[in-house]
Amino acid sequence: MRYFPLTPDDRVEMLGALGLSSTEDLFADIPAAIRIRQPFSIPALFEPEVVERLESLAAKNLNTKSTSSFLGGGIYRHYVPAAIKHLLMRAEFYTAYTPYQAEVSQGTLQAVFEYQTMICLLTGMEVANASMYDGATAVAEASLMARSITGRKRVLVAGSLHPQYRATLRTYLHLQGLELVEVPWDERGALDLSRVCAEEAACLIVQSPNFFGLVEEMSAAGQWIHAAGGIFVHAFAEAASLGLLPPSASFDADIACGEGQSLGMPPSYGGPGLGIFAAKEKYVRRMPGRLIGEALDADGQRAFTMVLATREQHIRREKATSNICSNQALCALNALIYLSLLGEEGFRQVAEQCYHKAHYLAERLQAVAGLKPTFAAPFFNEVAFTIPGSPQALNAYLLKHGILGGIALDRDYPGLANSWLVAATEMNSKEQIDALVARVAQWRGGLA
Amino acid sequence: MSELIFEKSKHGCTGCSLTHLDVPQAEIDIPTRAGIGLPTLSEPEVVRHFTNLSRKNFALDIGFYPLGSCTMKYNPKVNEDMAALPGFAQLHPYQPDSSAQGALELLWELDRALCEITGMDRFTLQPAAGAHGELTGLFLIARYFQEKGQKRDIVLVPDSAHGTNPASAALAGCQVVVVRSDSRGGVDLEDLKAKLSDRVMALMLTNPNTLGLFDENILTIAELVHAVGGLLYYDGANLEGTCGYARPGDMGFDVVHVNLHKTFSTPHGGGGPGSGPVGVKEMLEPFLPVPVVTKKADGAFALDWERPQTIGMMRSFLGNFLVAVKAYTYILSLGGTGLRQMTADAVLNANYLLSLVKGTYELPYDRICKHEFVLSTHKFGQWGLKVTDVAKRLLDKGFHAPTIAFPLIVDGALMVEPTETESKGTLESFAKALLEIEEEARTHPELLKEAPRHTPVRRIDDVAANRSPVLRWK
Ligand SMILES: Cc1ncc(COP(=O)(O)O)c(C=O)c1O
Repeated sequence: MRYFPLTPDDRVEMLGALGLSSTEDLFADIPAAIRIRQPFSIPALFEPEVVERLESLAAKNLNTKSTSSFLGGGIYRHYVPAAIKHLLMRAEFYTAYTPYQAEVSQGTLQAVFEYQTMICLLTGMEVANASMYDGATAVAEASLMARSITGRKRVLVAGSLHPQYRATLRTYLHLQGLELVEVPWDERGALDLSRVCAEEAACLIVQSPNFFGLVEEMSAAGQWIHAAGGIFVHAFAEAASLGLLPPSASFDADIACGEGQSLGMPPSYGGPGLGIFAAKEKYVRRMPGRLIGEALDADGQRAFTMVLATREQHIRREKATSNICSNQALCALNALIYLSLLGEEGFRQVAEQCYHKAHYLAERLQAVAGLKPTFAAPFFNEVAFTIPGSPQALNAYLLKHGILGGIALDRDYPGLANSWLVAATEMNSKEQIDALVARVAQWRGGLA
Repeated sequence: MSELIFEKSKHGCTGCSLTHLDVPQAEIDIPTRAGIGLPTLSEPEVVRHFTNLSRKNFALDIGFYPLGSCTMKYNPKVNEDMAALPGFAQLHPYQPDSSAQGALELLWELDRALCEITGMDRFTLQPAAGAHGELTGLFLIARYFQEKGQKRDIVLVPDSAHGTNPASAALAGCQVVVVRSDSRGGVDLEDLKAKLSDRVMALMLTNPNTLGLFDENILTIAELVHAVGGLLYYDGANLEGTCGYARPGDMGFDVVHVNLHKTFSTPHGGGGPGSGPVGVKEMLEPFLPVPVVTKKADGAFALDWERPQTIGMMRSFLGNFLVAVKAYTYILSLGGTGLRQMTADAVLNANYLLSLVKGTYELPYDRICKHEFVLSTHKFGQWGLKVTDVAKRLLDKGFHAPTIAFPLIVDGALMVEPTETESKGTLESFAKALLEIEEEARTHPELLKEAPRHTPVRRIDDVAANRSPVLRWK
């Protein structure tokens, strides 16, 4: 096996040195009743065969690079500058472990410190951690942090928070004895606080842009929950929106968290992405996850190291703020390099292009295909339409014509049975958008 | 040297090239922000910045990285190429199942392979890492008892357990009760018996445990836990030690997690992303998180979301899918024979390395180890030295240090895991370095105290860094 450096002679010699006669002796402590004598049935393939097998599996999938796609819902296809993969594939980065030995991990440590700074800049928050698994778990951890800050057990969450984030929240909170209360949306699709009560709430979690793509009135929501002493959590599923929309701190969010896949990562069938987590500094000791801080070495040089580890599982065990250990470090580096390459202007441009493309798409879908937006509130790069017929049927029709359409909302929102959610990014050309619109119009025509 | 990207920023540059907007501009009717403050640099400057940063890392492709419990084995290059195929990397999680048959087939096949390897009946690939797998497993167990109408709220963990075990138990709303280790490093059966009751939901166990020792009493332990109605949870961080020689499913474990980023060679990436698939015995299958990959009678694959007894979701979508692609590539590359050889070599390497240093270093539990072993540096105390000093001196000698100060039951623990991807020669040079360090400790302790000297930075003052933490550039 090409990955194993021991030669047959080495093995014999090493066993001899141990006074053993066979490899089996190394496993003599395993009770005979459960010891396996035969290898598993999995066949071993030569490298060319492995490649062929994997390529043939990959070829069975329709991918968003060769197929025009208007899917969003928390995973977006943005342009990934070529330099990124070359830097990420530097073995010094990707074959290193968690930076436990700081003196030989300054590359990772400084990068995470820069990443934390980038996230602070994007959100306006004072501190950011080294990453969580994804947007959903970041939101779940935010609610647990809010419980720990306030000692309260009611979690208010917008019904327009990503359905899978809400599902994750439900799973996480269930055994903690926390009550999850969903806040409805009004006919414009915006958060409707008039039907819930803020008293005794640990937090209010609002996604903006919300799952329907709509931009929420965050200041009012923040004031509302703060007046009752709760924590205000800004969640996001499309990090590109941070290039255009006001930062979380501007509406006094206590925690900002969400999905960072848009920051230079491919869609990857949903993972790995990046859980972003930032907060006000006064809550830093209740934060989950790893934190990197600036330090000095014995010669007084600037260096970086893990700090405030007394919050973490390896020190605090069952009293830790979270159980997270491995995180999404390489994805954080990916986001950092992306933001460094795009810079102030580039990142703003991406956000603006997303906005304009989606608005062009929406305008055409109304003007040419005669579709009606489900909601009236302003949106960023994603928008829902109520269509005459089933979204699944429309998607199937589009797929037949080589287009990955939109998300049918009915599975997660039975009340929105005919709603179809489409997203656009800077990657959707006018040609692609016009083609989609033409097909939708055709499909509509066919219905009549 | 350690200038931050922000300090290199200057006006008038860009590192990207975006196409022009090809649609009419719409009126912006949402509130917008002023500047963000992102740095602006050209592409070569960004590339140089990160290339130079990378040069300050020690990594597996550079040298020996015997971090115990972390299985720092070689990360095959072909895995990375396969995960980067557009047919995997460019899939969208909301695309119809019919358009992602290859991806679903891969997940299905990986599930089958992991079942055979661990002796379980079904896996979920949603958990993003080991700790996330633990939490998933505990949620599954809790749900199982809820269905049975039993109230159980205690999770037992050995005193040698990794910190994530008790932390996950607490997150699952359980009370943690610690079980002592016996003089051979295994679970103390008497203490276990004393702590078992009908309130016990599960015992979480790593086997081989964090001392690198196989718990010979595993069948008795399983019997005892099952006798009070509790379930047995397997922390798969150490699957490397028995893979192909014994299966947790046969040992009596009801729920397991495995770490694709350890046993199955996917890179650690400086801390992640990992993947912590969870396998269960049949009685727990109805509770698995959604979606579950199914194979229909006609051979087509689909995602099943309609599972009335599911615990729900543990995160978004299907987990760290690309990590699963890498692990599947690895399993195909090794096959059953290779997986067995992998473990045999890992265990042989560990025992051989141990034989070269024991005597000079204290070995608290002197037995054949599995894929790793734990030494004590207790005696370095007489020279005013701690385990950290030993670790830092190793850095000077061109090695990454082993895991230190864990498990907690060994004073000044040095936990060494060589893996199967190291040569005999590497093991011998590492052993030589360890022996030299012991001698230096006796004769020139300052060499250890002042270490490291040959690294990008010298010993870092962690105490000061924690006093008033600076967590971002301003
Ligand atoms: C024994 C053990 N259990 C659990 C974990 C946690 O795994 P992860 O970092 O993948 O969450 C580790 C990680 O080092 C470990 O060594």
